[in-house]
This record gives sequence, C-alpha cells and structure tokens, in this order.
Amino acid sequence: MIALYILLSMMILGALVAIEVRSLISSVVAVGAVGLGLSLVFLLLKAPDVALTQLVVEIIAVIILIRATIRRQLPGSPVSARPYGVLLGLGFAVLLVLVSLPALQEIPQLGHPYMRVAETYVENGLRDTGATNVVASVILDYRAYDTLGEATVLFTAVMGVMAVLRNRGLKGGEEG
Amino acid sequence: MTAYILCLILFSLGIYCAVSKRNLIKIIVGVAIAEYAVNLMFVLVGYRIGGVPPIFAAPGEAQGAMVDPLPHALVLTSIVIGLATTALLAAIAMRIYRKYGTYDVNEIRELRG
Amino acid sequence: MADRREDGMSLIVKTVTRLTLGLILLYGLYIVLHGHLTPGGGFAGGVIVALSLVHLVLAFGGRSAWKRISHSGASVMEATGALGFLALALLGLTAGFFLSNFLPEGRAFALFSAGSIPLANLAICLKVGGGLFAVFAILTIFTAETASPDGGER
Repeated sequence: MIALYILLSMMILGALVAIEVRSLISSVVAVGAVGLGLSLVFLLLKAPDVALTQLVVEIIAVIILIRATIRRQLPGSPVSARPYGVLLGLGFAVLLVLVSLPALQEIPQLGHPYMRVAETYVENGLRDTGATNVVASVILDYRAYDTLGEATVLFTAVMGVMAVLRNRGLKGGEEG
Repeated sequence: MTAYILCLILFSLGIYCAVSKRNLIKIIVGVAIAEYAVNLMFVLVGYRIGGVPPIFAAPGEAQGAMVDPLPHALVLTSIVIGLATTALLAAIAMRIYRKYGTYDVNEIRELRG
Repeated sequence: MADRREDGMSLIVKTVTRLTLGLILLYGLYIVLHGHLTPGGGFAGGVIVALSLVHLVLAFGGRSAWKRISHSGASVMEATGALGFLALALLGLTAGFFLSNFLPEGRAFALFSAGSIPLANLAICLKVGGGLFAVFAILTIFTAETASPDGGER
C-alpha cells in the first residue's frame, strides 16, 4: 500500500507541474506523465484490462494534444492566472474534502468491496458465456447496452471533429 | 481513506485548472486531469486487499477472491469516452486558433466576429 | 514535426518504421482476438491498430503518406465496425432478446469460444481504430493547410 500512496503523490506533483508551468508543450508532456502514473496505479490495484487501455489511450491523447499546440505558440502570449486564483483553488479543495468526509464513511473502506451485483457475474460468468476474462463477459454480454452507448458517443465525437475541421472554400480541402 | 482523499485532491486540482486559467490548452489539461481522478476513484472502490485480477487462470482451480469486475467495465467505457472528449476539445481549439490567432480566452471574448 | 516542412523524419526512423509497422499491427490484432481469454479486448486493440497507422503517417510525413493509404478509408472502417456491432445485436433478437449471446460457447480457454464475444470484439476494434485514425487524419490535413506563423517552440 505504500507504493500506492507514493504513486498518488507523484501524480499530484505531476498535475501541479502541468497546471503551473508556462510553456504549453511542457504542460502537455506533464499530463502524459500523470496518465502513465495512473496506468501504474491501475496495475497495482490488480486491474490489467484497465491499465492496458489507459496506457494506449494516454499515448494517443498526448499525440493529438501536441498536434494542437505545436507551432502555435506565439512568443510573448501570456498564460498567467488571475491573482486571487490560487487562494480560491485551495479553498475549494479544502471545502471539497471537508464536505465529502461523511460520504467517505459510507462507501466501503479501501480493500473490502461490497460486491452485491458482481457476485453473480463472477460465479456464473464462466458457465454462462464461456469467456475466461470476466470483464470482457461483463462489457459484451451482461452489460452490452453500455458498449452500444459508448460506440454511439465515439461515433458522434468523430462526426463532430469532421464537422469542425472542415476546409470549405479552401484550395484542396476535402473531408475524410 | 487516505487514498480517497488524495484522489479528491487530484480532482480539485483539475477543476481549479479548468476554471481559472486563461489559455485554452490549459483548460483542456484541467478537464483531462479531472477525468483521470474520476476513473481512479471508481477502481479504488472496487479493490480488495489480497485479491487477484478478474481473469480465470487455470481450469477448475480456485486462486482466491477476485477484485470487483464491475467498476473495471465502467472505467473501460469511461476512458474511451474521455479520449473522444479530449479530441473534440482539441479540434475546437485548433479552429479557434485559425480564426482568432490566439489561445487567450480574454482576447477571444473581445474580438467579436 | 520535421526540419523540412512535411517531408517526414530521418532515414533511420523510416527504416525502423518499415520493420515495426507490421509488428504493431499484429500485436493489436492479437490483443483483439484474445480479448475473451486475456486482458485487453476490443478497445485497447483498436487503439493499438490506430496507433500503427499513426506511426506510419508521423514517420513518412504528411505528403508522401497520404499517397500510400487513403484517409477516406478510415471512415469506411469505422462505419463497418458500427454496423457490424448493430448487426450482431439485432441477430441476437433471433435467440430471444436484443443483444443476446446466441452463438454456442465452446470449451473454456479455446480461441473459438465464448459465443459472439470475439465477433463483437472485432467490430469494436474496427470502429475504435477507424474512428481514431480518421480524427488524426483530419488533424494532419487541417494543419498542413493552415498558414501557421513561424516562431514559437517545438
């Protein structure tokens, strides 16, 4: 468990670097580091499916964000925050932790999950579907509606990107 | 309990960055950090001390209690949706840059049309 | 992202890309096809397949890469994946209800087992891979035609 706290502290440090540094490229690289730390935390929490997906999604998100920021930094463009922003952020963080302390007593403490619904998935998964990966049988057999909804959201986002970056009227522009 | 509080601190850092920065790319970075914190919270709730990953390793053998597979399924969907959101935000930011020539939110608000 | 505009990277990178491109594609397909046996599944495998095509475009530069692979094929791939998933869901109606698992489940740990889960994984891989590669293709074409101001840091 010590490794978990060390990794979480490093993620918070990486997030602080991503927020406060002035150069945009460094900020995007720091977000990539936070995502890689998150993938390691998922491995520590015994979630290999999620760790693999988080790793590759992080890589492609950093590629897309760097495409948006490279060659677009005019020298001298300010990235400063408002002067009272730091105090406001600190106050918000303290308020959030204080308000959610009663709620944190209600959810199961770290390491003892309730597993009311997942008991049936774990016990009957191999017999009902024949898949040895329980997470795959959950997302594609027991809860396939969620996967259908996720496919719809991804489709809509790709349509949105195509509609926003349309080169209508420019020489040689064509949509994908 | 400490892990939950660290996760909440990460979330509030992301929200602070998304609300109080003037550069569009910093706003996108803040939204991404808040999404990471939410996914982390889901997987933290489903963890079991001394558990094994939710995959059957050898036929017919019991290898111990599994961690909760239901949050893993929800987080898998949420990660891919977060990627779609980040890609769409980056595309809108590039379009705004082409039209206004800057990423600064205050200047974009003043140059109308 | 090069010294000369849109000419791609150096010769070493291009030679290594020719070797690793097929390996990355094969690894992505492996993760998709074994999604019901080992960690992974359609989402991670689809992103890896999209990353192999992104690798090709980044190493060879925008202008020469778009002569070898078509960027409108990405939309076709994505639409095929989405329609395939819907077709599987509607075919489940023959076995009782929408989205039911209607193919027979075989032995555990075999490659051809678990009903319609491997087919659904393939459809998701086509959809996610095609969609992400289409997004990257549009970003590349858009930045190639933007009159970007020089200066700033790389």
